[in-house]
Amino acid sequence: MSVLTPPRQAAAAGDTDGDLVVVPARHPWRWAGTALVLVLLAQLVHGLVTNPGWDWGTFAGYFLEKSVVDALLLTVGLTVAGAVLGFLGGIPLAAMRLSANPVLSGVAWTFIWVFRSVPLLVQLLFWANLGYLYESLQIGIPFGPGFSFPTVSLIGSFGAALLGLALHEAAYAGEVIRAGLLSVDQGQHEAATALGIPRWRQFYRIVLPQAMRAILPNAANLLIMLLKSTSMVYVLAIGELFYQVQVIYGRNGRVVPLLMVATVWYVILTALLSILQFYVERHFARGAVRTLPPTPFQRLKAALRK
Amino acid sequence: MIEISGVHKSFGPIEVLKGIDLTVEAGTVTVILGPSGSGKSTLLRCINRLEKVNSGTVRVDGELIGYEQRGNRLHELSERRILQQRVGIGFVFQNFNLFPHLTALQNVAEARHSALRKTKSQAYEKAHELLALVDLWDRAGAYPRQLSGGQQQRVAIARALALEPKLILFDEPTSALDPELVGEVLDVLRDLARAGTTMIVVTHEIGFAREVADTVVFMDSGRIVEQGTPAQVLDHPRHERTRAFLSKVLV
Ligand SMILES: Nc1ncnc2c1ncn2[C@@H]1O[C@H](COP(=O)(O)OP(=O)(O)OP(=O)(O)O)[C@@H](O)[C@H]1O
Ligand SMILES: [Mg+2]
Repeated sequence: MSVLTPPRQAAAAGDTDGDLVVVPARHPWRWAGTALVLVLLAQLVHGLVTNPGWDWGTFAGYFLEKSVVDALLLTVGLTVAGAVLGFLGGIPLAAMRLSANPVLSGVAWTFIWVFRSVPLLVQLLFWANLGYLYESLQIGIPFGPGFSFPTVSLIGSFGAALLGLALHEAAYAGEVIRAGLLSVDQGQHEAATALGIPRWRQFYRIVLPQAMRAILPNAANLLIMLLKSTSMVYVLAIGELFYQVQVIYGRNGRVVPLLMVATVWYVILTALLSILQFYVERHFARGAVRTLPPTPFQRLKAALRK
Repeated sequence: MIEISGVHKSFGPIEVLKGIDLTVEAGTVTVILGPSGSGKSTLLRCINRLEKVNSGTVRVDGELIGYEQRGNRLHELSERRILQQRVGIGFVFQNFNLFPHLTALQNVAEARHSALRKTKSQAYEKAHELLALVDLWDRAGAYPRQLSGGQQQRVAIARALALEPKLILFDEPTSALDPELVGEVLDVLRDLARAGTTMIVVTHEIGFAREVADTVVFMDSGRIVEQGTPAQVLDHPRHERTRAFLSKVLV
């Protein structure tokens, strides 16, 4: 059949296609742009190194100092605890908002509305001062007898910090998770239902893994914001990273280098979280893309092999 | 074996099914034809209760779907019991609806493990057999997006077969496929028919209906207009609407 043979005129003058050489496209503007960025970067580094105001000696002295590292660990601890509690709270909130029951969805909507409205700083101070409002908390039969605890000793400033961060995080996480669940195609629910797969299994085996694709980038954003929000608990005199560097520069007056200590640690932690994000997202991309994006190591290896 | 009687279904003010009565014998193939919007998909979805009916009943092997009869009252079953009933009824969708994050093998094995409660190794063993049956034994590890449309639909058929259903419902299984892929899916359906699987197939493939169907049903605007053997309905339609429809699809 002549229709199926491709036209051959293109390879006229006796050449066959096998002799043709591929010339990669050239990108002169990319090179110009790269050069410009490199010059600006060199200027920035020069400024950082030569300006004595940065006081890199003090920076180096405090960067790994014990009180700073302890404070750093507390910051990490608050972030992890806030994220775990927040996302554990976010799952039922998302489920409630998606529920057909108007009471459940109304309660979840109100919770999210309230805790997204109140600034975190205000919330933290509020929880820390709960003792003035209710001197004791009771556990027992509603309107009946029960045990009572003094509020201040039960919550404490650390508890107040954790409570504030977790509630704040839960309100946002609830919306992030809900968005993810909504992004899963209705046909997936129908297929799982038609196969008679039990409800709970439908959720965690079929729907949630697909929802994770949409949840993860936003969840990572939320986690990084939480990391930095922990610096707000300094108002409760909790010795996390930001509070600790304030204490130190309050003593020695070297404000800029100590702020840099905190900043560089926040930058490092954010970098670690971003790397984690890449690998977790890649894990959940299975099946959603035809071929997975290469990891930086695989890219490096491929580049070296050339 | 399957008895549908007096099924009415409305979406809001629109009545989509206006009293459907249909009996399907075990081991037979019923093909449903009809113009777009006549309610074919809705009827299939009412059989496995993806849609609730407004009135009427569906029985599979004498078992009432979605309800329990006590005296002369019908009590609605719990979601859990309905899920168990669906295990006996396979459903193949027009756009496959495979689970994209699971491999072909996992797609087939999933419900056999979680709904039929077979052990994982039993489920995977059967899944391998079923993939071989639809001629895809070599693509077990592929994700749905790495497969062609025809291959995806064959995986979807294997997935429905994994529950060893009494009845399989096909909703236009070939209409999302390129013409050259239709044949491979119809071949699988033909094999199933020969093996005595009870099937209800909504399709516009008249040639397939003529060759494989025991009964052809023609639907129009929510009613069954006529039904009979392929020779009766396709070659000697008694109703004007059937004739008009056939003259359009047969050109
Ligand atoms: N969930 C729904 N809500 C409202 N109307 C619906 C819904 N599902 C179906 N319909 C309506 O019911 C009618 C029958 O739809 P159905 O999908 O059963 O038709 P069909 O015969 O399968 O058509 P096609 O050949 O195009 O698939 C259509 O008019 C459609 O608009
Ligand atoms: Mg349809």
